Amino acid sequence: MEKIVLPEIKDLHLIEVYENNGGYSAAKKAFARSTDDIIDEVKKSGLRGRGGAAFLAGLKWSFMPKTTNKPKYLCINGDESEPGSFKDRQIFEYNPHQLIEGILIASYAIGANTAYIYIRGEYHKWVKMMQKALDDAYAKGYVGDAMKATFGTDFSCNIYVHKGAGAYICGEESSLMNSIEGHRGYPRVKPPFPAQNGLWGCPTTINNVETITNVPWIINNGWQKFASIGAEKHPGTILYGISGHVNKPGVYELPSGMLLTELIYEVAGGVPGDKKIKCVIPGGSSMPPLRGDQLEGIRMDAESLKAAGSAIGTAGIMVMDEDTDLLKVLLRIAKFYHHESCGQCTPCREGTGWLEKILKRLASGKGTSSDLDLLITVANNIEGNTICALGDAAAWPVKFMVARFRDEFEKYVNKEIQLPVKNKVHAMRGTAVPLADIKH
Amino acid sequence: MDFKFTEENLQRIEAARKKYPTALAAVMDTVYIAQEQNGYISDEVMSEIADVLGIDKVNVLSVVTFYTMYHTKPMGKKHIQVCTNVSCMLRGGQELYEMVCERYGVSNMGVTEDGKVSVEEVECMGACGYAPMIAINEDFYENLTKEKVNEILDALQ
Repeated sequence: MEKIVLPEIKDLHLIEVYENNGGYSAAKKAFARSTDDIIDEVKKSGLRGRGGAAFLAGLKWSFMPKTTNKPKYLCINGDESEPGSFKDRQIFEYNPHQLIEGILIASYAIGANTAYIYIRGEYHKWVKMMQKALDDAYAKGYVGDAMKATFGTDFSCNIYVHKGAGAYICGEESSLMNSIEGHRGYPRVKPPFPAQNGLWGCPTTINNVETITNVPWIINNGWQKFASIGAEKHPGTILYGISGHVNKPGVYELPSGMLLTELIYEVAGGVPGDKKIKCVIPGGSSMPPLRGDQLEGIRMDAESLKAAGSAIGTAGIMVMDEDTDLLKVLLRIAKFYHHESCGQCTPCREGTGWLEKILKRLASGKGTSSDLDLLITVANNIEGNTICALGDAAAWPVKFMVARFRDEFEKYVNKEIQLPVKNKVHAMRGTAVPLADIKH
Repeated sequence: MDFKFTEENLQRIEAARKKYPTALAAVMDTVYIAQEQNGYISDEVMSEIADVLGIDKVNVLSVVTFYTMYHTKPMGKKHIQVCTNVSCMLRGGQELYEMVCERYGVSNMGVTEDGKVSVEEVECMGACGYAPMIAINEDFYENLTKEKVNEILDALQ
């Protein structure tokens, strides 16, 4: 199968090798066409965002205002902090020039003369690699003012790398913009949407690294060919990042809509010791987990996973074998979201803390069955009540893990109820523990 | 304890400043440069950053205290970061973290008395397929076992 994002060509990260393999020819072709034509091509290809929400990339571009006297911006989201996803770093390392070319085409389509690549701070090595590729592209006249002469066009675009500094929340698009502007990474209230009011109040589009890297291939090969790969409603290839209890973890570029079982057992070599699978999180830690005994027939594309009660997310598949302690896993996930909540909205700031505390209580053996219901209640009160999706991301794993693995969690529940206060009747009302469960 | 940027770093800040339409946007890059020069971000450093960029000190403070990679107290020369998030945890990350803490007798964000080593429990570093992992300063070490970690730490100067 042909690889789109990570072709198997040696030293492709070097600009000479990239040029010899047809590099920067897609940009030249694109600049000869109208911007509407490019947006239309990407729309028809059905390319969907690879950052989590799987939104149609072409449609997103078409939201950018055609007539405005403000500058327009393109932001490339390489914050990649979702536990379980490690795909963008492969692009920075092995195919940075295709990303740069994709940025040029996307900037041309939306009319942006400045683009920022936001890379998470921990990726020191990959920030340097991306900067090196960018410097080479500048030196060869593919980026900046010199591109006018190189490509014979009126359009020019500057690309800069912005290094984050260790905040998961900056992967949220409005928070990412605040971070570039030099503020704390607080998400903004939407509307106004970035296409109207983004970076410095100007029209802005934010796309994922992997999404943009697909664009040059679509321009070179046409939308029909792209749309024919993989699942009909979510076409193209996906970088599947498989981690956890598998024999061959790693990133694999394969068509969308692959069977989850095929990915785990054939591509990633199955589970060590031929153990059974207890749980799989299909799209990074914030997506609802699936039961290991219900994986048959589930395909890895946005529509199929939605039908299966989860979501594609970043396609970071985390596999857990039958000996995994799910309470420990969930406690770790809850701790992560508590740590990463930016603190702007009360339900998320306080709620994520409560989730962690309740799970800690369960782990220490002092939890009761009403704690399991309390977890779901708290999660429900976070979900949908916050500015950004981090609230939902914190609520989903807890809500669905407890609901789908209730039998697992019941094992941790202490049947002997310890009342927090001496007045038992009062405590009964307060905690709503069934009378029969209380030992007097 | 006066802090002044070196001439070379002032030029780097100037280059960072040119990437953005406002001076405020260059604050993250500038804090990185300051941390590289001084080791951590003290009150004096924040004043100097504010002066160099011509922004209010409160803007510097708000950024420094929001992002986890900026340190407001001195860390060890070798800052060891151990990931204990899910993918690493499933493959023994938590045990590695406990082992490293024990080895140096420190807890999360603790620094050894000689100031050579500090340990941090970090969130997912994006190395899930190569778990478990540790990072020492800027370098990632992946696909580890306890023995390999001990070897790496033995070789630390």
